[in-house]
Amino acid sequence: MAEELLSREFRVRGKDFDKAGETSTEIKTILKNLGIDPGLIRKAVVVTFEAEMNVVMYAAEGTITFTLTDEDICIEVADDGPGIPDISLAMQEGYSTATDEMREMGFGFGMGLPNMKKNSDSFKLVSEVGKGTTLTSRIRLDSHG
Amino acid sequence: MQLEKIAEALTCQSLTDIDGSIEVKTVVASDGMSEILAFSRPGALMLTGLTNIQSVRTAVVADACAIIYVRGKRPPDNVLGLASEKGIPVLMTWLGMFDSCGILYRMGLKGAM
Repeated sequence: MAEELLSREFRVRGKDFDKAGETSTEIKTILKNLGIDPGLIRKAVVVTFEAEMNVVMYAAEGTITFTLTDEDICIEVADDGPGIPDISLAMQEGYSTATDEMREMGFGFGMGLPNMKKNSDSFKLVSEVGKGTTLTSRIRLDSHG
Repeated sequence: MQLEKIAEALTCQSLTDIDGSIEVKTVVASDGMSEILAFSRPGALMLTGLTNIQSVRTAVVADACAIIYVRGKRPPDNVLGLASEKGIPVLMTWLGMFDSCGILYRMGLKGAM
């Protein structure tokens, strides 16, 4: 059983583009101060940033829970957004439901979810249309950064 | 290649404090932030035309060594403030993305993929 070393929860407000990404940069600072390998930090923060942007773009509110154990970094992001009707389609690179406004922010080109999966050692996405989406990403501390 | 040499080649204007001795090995260029996150290496120089706050946050997450805004775009003060706070040098060139990339490629710099 992995030993939990640190856990923090952050609330993310939807449509707040000015603050979007603040949580990710805060998590980066925490991991850096703990002396975690820079390659692993980058993976964890890419996952968090992409997920945070999705919450801001699609949901009214979301929660990012970041947990560090002696085995891995776990990032769980839950939102009350519209949900994803077809997860396998959403995971395809280039597929996007983003609006022009989202693309003007530099996001929504169908790279976010594949990017999160690519940077995770394990990636789980659970979604219910009309209720929201929860993703769980784990990055092993012994994986190559 | 030193950032100073790149800045000179692209006739850049510095928008924050710049350490010209920063060594640049690879470049990533896009207006899509996910592309930068997906296809850059730590320490890459980031070229973009997107001037919002997410451009700096993307540079922080991607561990970019500096940002050059193309097409004469100048980010708002709060964006420059965040870049300074995070220690990311910011420059601006009047050249477009294509020309900027072409010049840097000809100088021997490679993409970050």
